[in-house]
Amino acid sequence: MKALAEHFVSTTNSCKLCKPLGACLAFRGIEGCVPFLHGSQGCATYMRRYIISHFREPMDIASSSLGEKSAIYGGGPNLKLGLRNLMNKYNPQIVGIATTCLTETIGDDTSRYVTEFCQEFEEFLNFHGRPELVTVSTPSYSGSYMEGFHAAVESVVAKLAKNEAVVDSVNLFPGFISPADTRYLKEILADFGLKATVLPDISETLDAPALAGYEKIPAGGARLNDIRAMGGALASVEFGRSIIGSHTPGNILLQKFHQPLYSSGTPIGLQETDRFFEILEKLSGIPTPEKHALERGRLVDSYIDGHKYVFGQKAVIYGEMDIVIGITSLLVETGMKPVLVATGSSSKNFRNAIEDVCSGILEEFPVVMEDVDFFDIASEIKSLEPNLLLGNSKGHRLSKEMDVPLIRVGFPIHDRFGGHRQFSIGYRGAQNLFDLIVNTLIQRKQDSSDIGYGYI
Amino acid sequence: MSPTIRDMNNIMDQEEFIRDVTSVYPNKVAKKRLKHIVVKSEGENPEIEANVRTIPGIITQRGCCYAGCKGVVIGPIGDMVHIVHGPIGCSFYAWNTRRNMFRPREDGANYLNYCFSTDMQDSDVIFGGEKKLRQAIQEAHDIFKPKAISVHATCPVGLIGDDIQAVAREMTEKTGTLVIAFNCEGYKGVSQSGGHHIANNKLFENVVGKDDSNPIQDKFVINILGEYNIGGDAWEIERAFAKCGIRIISTFSGDASIDEMRRAHQANLNLVMCHRSINYMAEMMENAFGIPWIKVNFIGVKGMSKSLRKVAKYFDDPELTQKVEQVIAEEEAEAYNLIADHSDRLRGKTAMLFVGGSRAHHYQELFTELGMETTVAGFEFAHRDDYEGRHVLPDVKPDADSRNIEEIRVEQDENRFRPRIPVEQMKELQKEGFLGSYEGMIPEMKHGAMIIDDISHAELEQLILRFKPDVVCSGIKDKYMIEKFGVPSKQLHNYDYSGPYAGFRGAVNFARDIDMMINNPAWKMIKAPWDIEPVLRAETVA
Ligand code: SF4
Ligand code: SF4
Repeated sequence: MKALAEHFVSTTNSCKLCKPLGACLAFRGIEGCVPFLHGSQGCATYMRRYIISHFREPMDIASSSLGEKSAIYGGGPNLKLGLRNLMNKYNPQIVGIATTCLTETIGDDTSRYVTEFCQEFEEFLNFHGRPELVTVSTPSYSGSYMEGFHAAVESVVAKLAKNEAVVDSVNLFPGFISPADTRYLKEILADFGLKATVLPDISETLDAPALAGYEKIPAGGARLNDIRAMGGALASVEFGRSIIGSHTPGNILLQKFHQPLYSSGTPIGLQETDRFFEILEKLSGIPTPEKHALERGRLVDSYIDGHKYVFGQKAVIYGEMDIVIGITSLLVETGMKPVLVATGSSSKNFRNAIEDVCSGILEEFPVVMEDVDFFDIASEIKSLEPNLLLGNSKGHRLSKEMDVPLIRVGFPIHDRFGGHRQFSIGYRGAQNLFDLIVNTLIQRKQDSSDIGYGYI
Repeated sequence: MSPTIRDMNNIMDQEEFIRDVTSVYPNKVAKKRLKHIVVKSEGENPEIEANVRTIPGIITQRGCCYAGCKGVVIGPIGDMVHIVHGPIGCSFYAWNTRRNMFRPREDGANYLNYCFSTDMQDSDVIFGGEKKLRQAIQEAHDIFKPKAISVHATCPVGLIGDDIQAVAREMTEKTGTLVIAFNCEGYKGVSQSGGHHIANNKLFENVVGKDDSNPIQDKFVINILGEYNIGGDAWEIERAFAKCGIRIISTFSGDASIDEMRRAHQANLNLVMCHRSINYMAEMMENAFGIPWIKVNFIGVKGMSKSLRKVAKYFDDPELTQKVEQVIAEEEAEAYNLIADHSDRLRGKTAMLFVGGSRAHHYQELFTELGMETTVAGFEFAHRDDYEGRHVLPDVKPDADSRNIEEIRVEQDENRFRPRIPVEQMKELQKEGFLGSYEGMIPEMKHGAMIIDDISHAELEQLILRFKPDVVCSGIKDKYMIEKFGVPSKQLHNYDYSGPYAGFRGAVNFARDIDMMINNPAWKMIKAPWDIEPVLRAETVA
């Protein structure tokens, strides 16, 4: 493996977003939930802007709008007033409160404020149907947006999940996947005859139809009662190799209620999906329904047909860890050669996971880079001469400078249309990605050839 | 067709709407909001409250002080490296999001596509981030050798007590590259506005008037202030000025180069486009160097012509005036010709504008040209003078928030001050409101129009439901919410990735885009046939 480029102290062209943004995304996947940032209003405005540019959907995030005075004396009064105003206007069933760098730096005790709020405004809360208030600590100076995402899901589960009754459903924690992927995931679960609570579930909330009307809080999302019942479910399934073994919602349920936990990689590519389907077969007690077996068969068929276009092609993958691991797995199984995999975050699992999905197929493992920015990636990449880049929109400049095509996957995608409707998981997602990869490489050939490739 | 202002008066009383929309707030909040929502009536310009803190929990369009400083005023300077000192988010979110364009000068330097951050970590917050900042500046200097470096503080920085001014001084000395630090922590002030002011101050102190080599001899030399070259606006404006033989030394700060800003004091006139974000600079340059300023509006064909005529009037040179008239005649003919087709389809439609600190005013003129009417408008972070005109300035009481933003007093620069026109004439022109004056948005609005400051999400919803505009101009944060109602929304911050919209040709682009937007066939397809008519049922034959 190659030595890494000299590491700079400053960050140039970051490859990660900040922690509370992830928390807001996760809260958006709960029915009747409004995300609320405790801090100055600027953070909420910026995060809304970014999330909206990817999804092209409304995304409301409230803020306690702290000013200089509250930065000095504490943000309690603003938080309480903010919550009241929010409840008056939105009538939420739950408010997901995430902290920001400002409130973390001044050491605001957000959960204490919330407890006080519940005591001080008992009647008011009763009037509004006693909405749940969940807090999560998300200082961006430790960790990035995916950590914020997982932390929010974890807080929700820790606070709400009970095991008062046994329910015949499973819990599924998919991590950050697209609304299209979430819909498809629910379809798969239903095809296996499994009742499931998917948390978060952004399938409708961040991809809603044109309505000729507007819902303050978009319909859809994981239902509160289902979340409350999670402790009595049959089992939990959790996606994401990067988080295995750490504090996760599945682990909380395991420890609190001794509920079986199945951890799997985010099912991107055939092999990771096979592993997920094995879990589903076990949980449901039925073999994979024919519809999906056929989808798998067609996928393999296309791997065979498309092999000649992709074999040995060198790829660079960057972005959020679990997407990167999944895409790497897909590329390797189709005969491609990931030469560099990079992420702006870090996890003790990342390198192992990459080596795990490569081993047995790839002779030489790709360069693995954690906690990097695009400047690092750019300096590393030159000697590797990749044929393809895969990652979010922020690699656009790199792609242009190097004259190497970029396939947009992950978040944020704001220079292509429909990033949030893209399938990445399961056999269907693998098919979509594989077609995209093959066609991108073919087009490259066609465009740069004088002979012309009319048939290929 | 949606109601025009006249119909609105018949259909429902605006006052009633205001009562309804504020009634859902708790009493205290309602009382506050009532001061931000006013109705214009004939011959009377209502007083409006503005530039006060947004109420917590109310979803606002506003950003923070850092956004106004780094994002708006300083960020667009293209040959300067901008380092954001703080955790990663603030820096990432201001990375190329505003679409301000820059054309590299001879040295080829262009850092606009970069996003530099110190990406503060736990330990920096605990032990201080100055060391990391020093290193970041050193690295930027070593790798890029830029002409200047800016440092922008985000929220945590001020709280942990990093002295970024001291670091900037030290590193300027050490590297020989000018390092300017901006204490624009997001919690300062009430919106972007405080950040504009901080940016103006430091830019004036460190950059403007610092280069006297190669004195500029031309007579018709100007600066354009408060034009940010979104979608290439500044270039289209420049084209018209160049045609007239008027030279622009520097634009603040769209397509700005630090070297040009250093020479900006040599201009004979400043034109102010966005009054809110840059009026401080105009005043400071007038006091220090004697450069008068005129408020202009380059949006709309007539707006552009009027602005050019103002410049001609100021220079009062028959040859220039003739040239300007000739350019106007040519350009107007061409633009109107192209707009005609669109305005035929747009006539009688209504618009609402909620954006920024000047655009909600500027675009009204263009809508009028398209035959459309602006029924409701408001700014996101403007002050009272932007609404009511500068004559209210003496009445604006500073509050705790505005006092936090430093106000610098600028004296005459002994070596560089030079009266541009005779003192008497200057006074005359000031008195008639031609120089150094801005009348604000409200006086130009129609009887019955509503004005809403710092509109909230919830208020916007009610407005749309009640008054059904044909288009709402706003930003990306409201766009998709508005469109869920079946009403098209035009982003006037980034132009929906289109543009330019300023100047003669910009007006044509705007007309085309609004036409395309309002007359998009998809709006009619939102309701499925079975929602409109009952589904046919098969008859059972006996
Ligand atoms: S201060 Fe922290 S939370 Fe706010 S935008 Fe910056 S990094 Fe994100
Ligand atoms: S942390 Fe402060 S500076 Fe950064 S985006 Fe939030 S409000 Fe603005």
